[in-house]
Amino acid sequence: MGYSTELKNHQNEQHKFRVRLVFLVLMVLAAFSALVGRFYFLQVYRYDYYQTLAENNRISIVPITPNRGLISDRNGIILAHNFFVYTLEITPSKTDDLQDTIEDLGKLVEISATDMKRFKKLRSQSHTFESIPIRTHLNEYEAAKFAVNRFRFPGVELKSRLFRHYPYGTLGTHAIGYISRINENDLKQLKENNQLSNYKGTEHIGKAGVEQAYETELHGITGFQQVEIDADGRAVRVLSSASPTSGNNIVLSVDAKMQEIAEHEFAGRRGALVAIQPKTGEVLAMVSMPSFDANLFVDGIDYDNWNLLNNSPDKPLINRSLKGIYPPGSTFKPFVALAGLESGKRLPPFTINDPGYFTLPNSRHRYRDWKPSGHGAVDMRKAITVSCDTFFYGLAMELGIDRLTDFVRHFGFGEKTNIDIQGELSGLLPTPAWKQKRYKQPWYMGETVIVGIGQGYTLVTPMQLAYATATLANSGKAIRPHLVNAIVSAKTNEVKLLPHAIADQVNLNPSNLETVKLGMMDVTQPGGTAAAIGANAGYLIAAKTGTAQVVGIKQNEKYNEKLIAERHRDHAWFISYAPADDPKIAVAVIVENGSHGGSTAGPIARKVMDYYLLGKVPVDPAAASVTEPAVANAPEEEEPHD
Amino acid sequence: MIRQWIGRFIRHIDSILLATVLMVLVVALMVLYSASGQVLTKVNAQAINIIVMMSVMLLVANTQPLFIERIALPVYLFGLTLLLAVALIGDISHGARRWLNLGVTKIQPSELMKLAVPIMLAWYFSKRETMLRTADYVVAGVILLVPVLLIAKQPDLGTATLVFASGFFVIFLAGLSWKFIFGSAIAFGAALPILWSMLHDYQRRRVEILIDPSQDPLGAGYHIIQATIAIGSGGMTGKGWLNGTQSQLDFVPERTTDFIFAVFAEEFGLVGCCLLLLLFTIIIGRAFIIASQAKNTFSRLLAGSIAATFFTYCFVNMGMVSGILPVVGIPLPLVSYGGTSLLTLGLSLGLLMSVQSHKRLVATD
Repeated sequence: MGYSTELKNHQNEQHKFRVRLVFLVLMVLAAFSALVGRFYFLQVYRYDYYQTLAENNRISIVPITPNRGLISDRNGIILAHNFFVYTLEITPSKTDDLQDTIEDLGKLVEISATDMKRFKKLRSQSHTFESIPIRTHLNEYEAAKFAVNRFRFPGVELKSRLFRHYPYGTLGTHAIGYISRINENDLKQLKENNQLSNYKGTEHIGKAGVEQAYETELHGITGFQQVEIDADGRAVRVLSSASPTSGNNIVLSVDAKMQEIAEHEFAGRRGALVAIQPKTGEVLAMVSMPSFDANLFVDGIDYDNWNLLNNSPDKPLINRSLKGIYPPGSTFKPFVALAGLESGKRLPPFTINDPGYFTLPNSRHRYRDWKPSGHGAVDMRKAITVSCDTFFYGLAMELGIDRLTDFVRHFGFGEKTNIDIQGELSGLLPTPAWKQKRYKQPWYMGETVIVGIGQGYTLVTPMQLAYATATLANSGKAIRPHLVNAIVSAKTNEVKLLPHAIADQVNLNPSNLETVKLGMMDVTQPGGTAAAIGANAGYLIAAKTGTAQVVGIKQNEKYNEKLIAERHRDHAWFISYAPADDPKIAVAVIVENGSHGGSTAGPIARKVMDYYLLGKVPVDPAAASVTEPAVANAPEEEEPHD
Repeated sequence: MIRQWIGRFIRHIDSILLATVLMVLVVALMVLYSASGQVLTKVNAQAINIIVMMSVMLLVANTQPLFIERIALPVYLFGLTLLLAVALIGDISHGARRWLNLGVTKIQPSELMKLAVPIMLAWYFSKRETMLRTADYVVAGVILLVPVLLIAKQPDLGTATLVFASGFFVIFLAGLSWKFIFGSAIAFGAALPILWSMLHDYQRRRVEILIDPSQDPLGAGYHIIQATIAIGSGGMTGKGWLNGTQSQLDFVPERTTDFIFAVFAEEFGLVGCCLLLLLFTIIIGRAFIIASQAKNTFSRLLAGSIAATFFTYCFVNMGMVSGILPVVGIPLPLVSYGGTSLLTLGLSLGLLMSVQSHKRLVATD
């Protein structure tokens, strides 16, 4: 009994145990089935997804950025080039403590307050895993010093980067432009143009001037290295590669020496100058004063310098030659004169007697001449020479605003010149339709009258006025102005000359043209408004002076230069072309608050023309920094110096 | 004479178990060679570990289960003492107090408890045998929970869980009432929200990242993401031995130890994974058969627990590497690099063989 009970118990117990074992077996099968299901899900169902991830993981495309094309002036003087500099860069996410890291770095190499500010600004614009320069332009000693200590600085790297450099600093900045770090907007733009992949690894992009307009030529084609990498991002081996194609070099039409002379002649005054070859549209000089140092923007400009430039009342960042809009003043008169002659409203001998003012019929309002006593008997030629306002008041009235504007529009007024860089303004050629739309007001006859002397709503840019002058000098054949003469292929050294595009052809009666040209030539002769400019020139200069009012002068009030604050003085205009009998250069100059075109703007134009036509360089050591290139082919890059 | 002696010695070996284990070990060495960047250093070291493991296995297989029964209590108490010593004077490394510095060498007593606890419990139940009462389960619970809590406090939740599992399997196989099991499970489920609220932020974060590793791709989720990429990109047949890009290029972390399965899965694909699972299933199945054929309580409880624990290791490791279970530091049995794990496995396999080859002797007792 006892034995059987024990046996039974034993069997019973073993049975119970086996039931439990079966339960465990089922659990094992269920769990392993779950694993097989999971493996199937990962390895079959989601295979493509993980396959792609694994490929991306191990293969990294390392871009090789191309060298940016060089920019030189028409004579081969390099105005923008690249050179290697050592930079210290921090990847914030890789540092243990950013503040400590920078502090320790500061003990090793000098980090100025400006460096810090720039770093902070860039940091606020970048992700923490991006590498941001803390110090640029390290010298060899500093670079070596860091290299020895680099183990102490996780997240800090010494890099050798190609830096854009503008050797002449402020010279021609508005024409050359500058490059700066690519921002969100640039990225968006690049994405739209399908250029994003070509900019992998590129950190800078042209932001203004030729650097911006010819970005695609200058940038080049990014090369790639397909490398296998490990988890730390270290390249293990190169799978394939494509070398980059350097950007093309650009030859400007600008003459750096002329640019320098012009900028120097402004002598600190604000204003702009544009010099154009009338027959080709080549822009020889494009000055906007004050200028600024383009090199400031390459590293990312710091707050102080930015504020200084941006908040300056002189507005150095604005390219006055394209964006400065001023009333043309009396420089408008030659074009109104041509409109009068071509329309038949005036014949060259037609003469008025100028009492010193003009009145509209049935009105007592006097439109005053700049010469209160009047110019006496004035015909077309003399009207230009002495800049007789009364003559043009009457002419404008008789022409009517529509006929006047329709004609001068052919000279580019009220429209963009379509010069080959961005940012140009179109000025304004007012019409009744425009006024109705803009002000919801009708056009008054009095407004036509003052358009005749280039005042009122009329606005022009210095570029437009230079273009109009060049078109006049070229007898009505308008050539689109351009800053770039040629593109030199970096690959083949092949020079591609850019064509001179005819923008408009104004058919002018030669004798009418002659009348206006003679009037303009007399301007620089004794008795003209700019007689001093023509004196001892050695070549004939056709010109016109002008003043653009800054503040309105009330009826019965006199303009008194001495009583008016400097910034409220009139702007001085001067347009000219020379030699008058065979025009090779057309110049438009504005000196802001310069009062008289003949005395402030004219001399600058004369220096420019003297240089261009006679090779005269003003004797002034400060103006002699731009030198002829020593070698025809400047080296592509320079090794880091100093 | 010597041949006879050897014959008697290897008589205790279970050929099915040994053959399967050897197959897994061959695969393991191949994967290890691949995972260690085709350098032989670790493979050689592991080969020595395997020789040690095999020796231990042979030795234990030749030991009478009765002897194991006898030393159950002393070994358990010795282990418990060491655990207490660790809690009081242990070395801290990586923020956890796990090691006991003996001057000559450091030991990790929790490792010892992985076998000491189930042996102790099997011994306890075999002593109480046919007259199990509720009180016995309470005692068993104390035997189990004291070392588990000491290990959990180190803190080493992974090992604590495994020690708990190995002990729990003994109690379960001993006949713990279903009512109690389901009751506890339901109570645990109900307590889960309360437990959640008691967790530290970083612990919650770990659970959250477990559920969705992409939340922290460069931090805690990195291991899991890279491991799943490795497994998934292996596809049906794998990239081939030594050709796993994820593994060869350092993307898979801990790839010779806890994450070695990712290397295997990448190079051998779904087919390889299923074959490996099959081998593991054979080992576990064989162990269950040994347990079910065992003729006394101690042997069957011990063998059953060893089988179930071996399964737990496999499942938790592969589940962790493939992203369905939390990341706990558990090696894949027989495959992961490391001597300690193999030593424990040698002991376990030896115990199984001992149980199997001594069953007749035991039965006639």
